[in-house]
Amino acid sequence: MSWKSYFSTSVGKKLQMSLTGIFLITFLVVHAYINAQIFWNDGGVEFGHLAHFMGTNPVIRTIEIGLFAFLILHVVQGLLLWSKNRGSRKSRYAVKKDSETSKWYSRSMGLLGTLILLFLILHISMFWAPNRGAQTFGDGELDLYAMMRDEFQNVWIVIIYVLGCISLAWHLVHGFYSAFQTLGLATNRYKAMIKTVGVAFSIIVPLIFALMPIAFYLKWIQ
Amino acid sequence: MEHYNMNLTLKVWKQKNKNQQGHFETFQVKNISSEMSFLEMFDVLNEQLIAEGKEPIAFDHDCREGICGACSMHINGRAHGPWHHTTTCQLHMREYKDGDTIVVEPFRANAFPVIKDLVVDRSGFDRIIQAGGYISVNTGNAVDANALPIEKHDADEAFAAAACIGCGACVAACPNASAMLFTSAKVSHLALLPQGDPERSIRVENMIRQHDKEGFGGCTNIGACEAECPKGISLENIARLNREYIAATFRGGSKNSV
Repeated sequence: MSWKSYFSTSVGKKLQMSLTGIFLITFLVVHAYINAQIFWNDGGVEFGHLAHFMGTNPVIRTIEIGLFAFLILHVVQGLLLWSKNRGSRKSRYAVKKDSETSKWYSRSMGLLGTLILLFLILHISMFWAPNRGAQTFGDGELDLYAMMRDEFQNVWIVIIYVLGCISLAWHLVHGFYSAFQTLGLATNRYKAMIKTVGVAFSIIVPLIFALMPIAFYLKWIQ
Repeated sequence: MEHYNMNLTLKVWKQKNKNQQGHFETFQVKNISSEMSFLEMFDVLNEQLIAEGKEPIAFDHDCREGICGACSMHINGRAHGPWHHTTTCQLHMREYKDGDTIVVEPFRANAFPVIKDLVVDRSGFDRIIQAGGYISVNTGNAVDANALPIEKHDADEAFAAAACIGCGACVAACPNASAMLFTSAKVSHLALLPQGDPERSIRVENMIRQHDKEGFGGCTNIGACEAECPKGISLENIARLNREYIAATFRGGSKNSV
């Protein structure tokens, strides 16, 4: 069988979800680390250095293309799988007690992912798109720190960001473990460890992100 | 334990055949003993229907001791009812109280079409096994089993996977109607043994392809299958199937694969 044919079975598609998911998880770490520099409360100096590096370094900019490609693959494949899997039981149960056998977030990855996607469209159009637009067609990089400070004065934006982070957290609680299970690594010996690390990751990283708009809104940082 | 009798209301799925629409019918059963199994309660109901000159309800059953996997009932929202590690025949009426209403449906999945009432066609499982759940011994006598030393841990794991009775509860419980737990058990019990080694790549490839072809959904690691499995087949088998599949992907498969 060809590579393509291996990746086109249900297990192959799940591997695509797993590998792109793990890439997106590592992206979250980098993104959270860089943005957390705002908590120095130094008027965005530290953050500005790293943001400038990430926005202009050719290697990072190349990886950025990969990031978008993987994100789109994860989204499109995820939605296709959601629709295929849902369609695998056309005649539905009159009574089904799913909550007795599984967790709601494990069953709701499509919904949680869609909420994250909606949030991402807003998020990208608020920061990434205008900045790259200014770099390419305008007078160079924008002051992302000042943009955050201004945008996060709007309580609705803050609420949407916090909701986005909550969706991300629940998506990760299942997604982190699931990615490793798909790679065949969640054996009885490692399963508990992977689940624990996954839950810790799902709390810590979205919490760091959620604290950013909250900190600006409550003027913890200026 | 206290013995008691009960009267129950049953809402049971009735469907004439594969092509016709099904519907729920309500039946009353009286004086059901708490000692009866769920299937014996159905026997009482069917005797009653026959006495009334009505058509009895079709349901699958065979061994009535939890090893054949025939009794495919979805009871009050759970495959094989609410008990852990049991088939329908092992569910006893002491679970229920006088006056309870019980909804009984067939296992539902596109790959398990209803043949009649509560009887579904699970031959998709047979075709998955035919696609690779075997070892080829083309000549000579079978080798004496003890001639091949097998590590205790592997032997135990292979045995645990081989405990799968192919009942279909994993498919019935899975929100995606995926048969990955079943397929992984059948892949695992051979993959763990030296006899299964030569055909391991073709086996996992062909069995996954057949699984998909039958119309089962994909696995998203939800875990409802493991929770509902009467034989306690572990999700670790799905992890093993995934490893087998990844290894086959890198190995590039065999000329014999479909």
